[in-house]
Parts: sequence; C-alpha cells; structure tokens
Amino acid sequence: MLTKRIIPCLDIKDGRTVKGVNFENIRDAGDPVELGGLYAAAGADELVFLDITATVEKRKTLSDLVKRISHKINIPFTVGGGISSVEDVHVLLENGADKISVNTSAYKNRGLITQLAKEFGSQCVVLAIDTKMEEDGNWYVYLNGGRVKTTTLCKDWARQGVEMGAGEILLTSMNNDGTKKGFAIDITRQLAIALPVPVIASGGGGSMDHFAQVFSEGKADAALAASIFHFKEIGIPELKQYLFTKDIPIRL
Amino acid sequence: MNFVIVKYNAGNIQSVLYALERIGVAATVTDDHEAIKAADKVIFPGVGEASTAMRYLRERKLDLLIRDLRQPVLGICLGMQLMCAYSEENDTTCLGIFNTRVKRFSGALKVPQIGWNNISGLKGALFSGVIENSYVYFVHGYYADLSDHTIATADYTKPYSAGLQRDNFYGVQFHPEKSSFTGEQILKNFLVN
Repeated sequence: MLTKRIIPCLDIKDGRTVKGVNFENIRDAGDPVELGGLYAAAGADELVFLDITATVEKRKTLSDLVKRISHKINIPFTVGGGISSVEDVHVLLENGADKISVNTSAYKNRGLITQLAKEFGSQCVVLAIDTKMEEDGNWYVYLNGGRVKTTTLCKDWARQGVEMGAGEILLTSMNNDGTKKGFAIDITRQLAIALPVPVIASGGGGSMDHFAQVFSEGKADAALAASIFHFKEIGIPELKQYLFTKDIPIRL
Repeated sequence: MNFVIVKYNAGNIQSVLYALERIGVAATVTDDHEAIKAADKVIFPGVGEASTAMRYLRERKLDLLIRDLRQPVLGICLGMQLMCAYSEENDTTCLGIFNTRVKRFSGALKVPQIGWNNISGLKGALFSGVIENSYVYFVHGYYADLSDHTIATADYTKPYSAGLQRDNFYGVQFHPEKSSFTGEQILKNFLVN
C-alpha cells in the first residue's frame, strides 16, 4: 500500500540550515548535508531543501550544495527557492535533485510550470503555495515568502497549477506556520480531495497527533515540518511508530 | 568489473551514478555502442516520456543494441517500461524484451503514484536479502501488467509488476537509487553479487 510521507524541510541560507518562526527570526540548525543524512537514516521519506539565499552567488552555492546532498542522501529530495527558469531547473536536476519546487515565479510567469513539465516531466515539478485565511473566511495566495498578498484563491491557483502540469502541491498555511498548534486541516482537505495529484501539508505541526490528524482528517498525502525535527522535539522514528499504531499507512 | 549506465534523453542518470558511488561502485555514463557492448553489467535508467525516449534510442540504434546485449542489464523505471512490448504512453512500441504491456493507472487514485509502496512475491537473486513487503520509492503514472516475467509485485489500484526478469534482463519500476538501504541492497545484488 502506498504510504503517507514524512518530510523534514531544511531552510538553507548560504549553505547552512536555518528556520524562521512565522518566516522571521531565523536560527541556525547546522549543516544541511549532515542533517539530511541523519533524517534519511532515521526514516524520513523525503527531504525538502528550501534555499532562501538572496545573493548573486546563490546559483553556484546551491548547485554545489545539491551535488553534495545527492552524493550523500539515499532518499528523494526536492529543492526550492528562487527557481524561475528552465535553465535553473536543468542545473539542479543535473546535480542530482529529484524534484524542484516553484512558488512566486510560477505565479508571475504563467508559462513556467507548463515549460518545466514539458521539459522534465510533471513528476519533478512541485508547486509550493503559501496561503492565508483572511477574515472573509477564504484562503488566499501569498507571494514572496508570505510578504505579498494576492486576490487569488488558493484552491483556484492550485487547480490551475495542476492543469498546467504541476505534479504535487506543497501547501503552507501561514496562519498555522510556526504556531505548533496543528496543520490547517480544512484547506488541506479541500485540495487533497479536489486535486488528482498528491498534497503535502505544511505549517503548524507541533505534536504527533497533529500529523495523525492531517493524514486522517486532512487527507494529506505527505506532511512537512522543520523546527520540530531540527530541535528534536519530535523524533521521526517515534512519529512513524505512533502513526502506525493509529492505522495510518506508513513506512517503518 | 566494468559498469556502464546508458546515456540517453532521460532524467535520473546522475542520481543513479551518485547512488552507485555511495555503494562504492564506479560506472561510466555513455551512449557509445562499443563501450556498452564491452561492459560487464549495464544499467538502463530513465525518467521521462516513452515515445520521446524510444525515438531517441532508435535514432542512435540503441534499441537494437540493448535488445541484443548478453550481459546482465537492469532497467529502472522508464528504462524497465521501455524493455516491455508496448506502452500506452503515446502509443509506443517498445523493445519487446518483457512480454507485458505498459498501461496508464486509471480509477480514483492519484496519478502519478508518488511515494513508498511495498513489494512482494520477490523472486531471484536481484532481491536476495530483501524481505517481503519491503518499501521502495515509486514515481510513475504508467505500470507494467503482471506477466510470467514478473519477479516482484506492487499494488496501486491493482497488482502490477514492480520487477521483471527474462534471462539476463532485469527491470524494476521503482527507484532503487532513491530507496534507502533496501534500494542499495538491490543495486548491490545486481552489480556486485
């Protein structure tokens, strides 16, 4: 049976792992390659490396890092952060990345996802969406790491992204991210039921029960978290054992 | 031993090369006919689309070359599918090494299948030391039907071939290069043992 995936996310700046709380106040949590290797050995099903470096040397630093990761890690990994062209993706896949994720660039350049899917296949194109529920009760798309609001509904953009060729949706709820109060079950469930591709839930996972909820009630195909893993608040083996006892299909 | 990875217009070739490096095996990536023929073992990887890949192979006569190889050959993912008789993916005639057809997943489940699924009914040396129902990593929208060449079975909407073998030809639908320690065992079984 296809299992639900547990995905640690490593935010990378200048080749080092960092994690923001509500996208701010960054703390250092070590070497990404070493940390990724530890997670793979502990039973992580996949890894996401999100590069938030904003310097001009970014491209070279990131491709070097991806090469180091792919030499060390024996599970699939996705690379995201500032990817905006076929050439960017080509370099990352060439260095061993399995998938790439696009966010703001795909929203601003509506041809990008189609181009990437055509060139490399949908299986390696992940559409990352940062979303926030406003006072009107609707979930809207945010860009630029959550700093820029749009008037587009999350469910509409997700649907369009899949139609253009995205093979997975990585959904981050800004309302939940950093709160450790649980994933955004309602929007995760809406997308997971409506879309013909896997949905990775992100933001808010603080306890093992939150993961159980996002799989059983939220119907997520995978769940992503960062600091709770980096700071050893939840161990991946314990988490997977817990989910297994809750009858959630999981790889032990 | 001389290991060759067939170079063609498909993804994941680097990933396979790096995976071999992790288990201490050096390999050459090439589309040179003589080099492929001279190899002790050949890996035929692949992530991509069937008709485009087959066209590329035919243009370089790699289709005939692969079909006639006598040394052990391991097809991975699209590589395995291309070793089957036919693929529904853009109505493509494939190499015809395995007597099975490749079909698109249909039904309510999400396509492609992405993630870890278990394999059972494991037969032969390729799965030596791999326990029944081990988990391996799959990414695919098309599957090979069960046949008398099936040496491993997985289930997604229905049972299908996760592994195939005929004589010196092996194929796996999953990605051993991304399947943690289980995948490394399978690669070692093919390459080293």
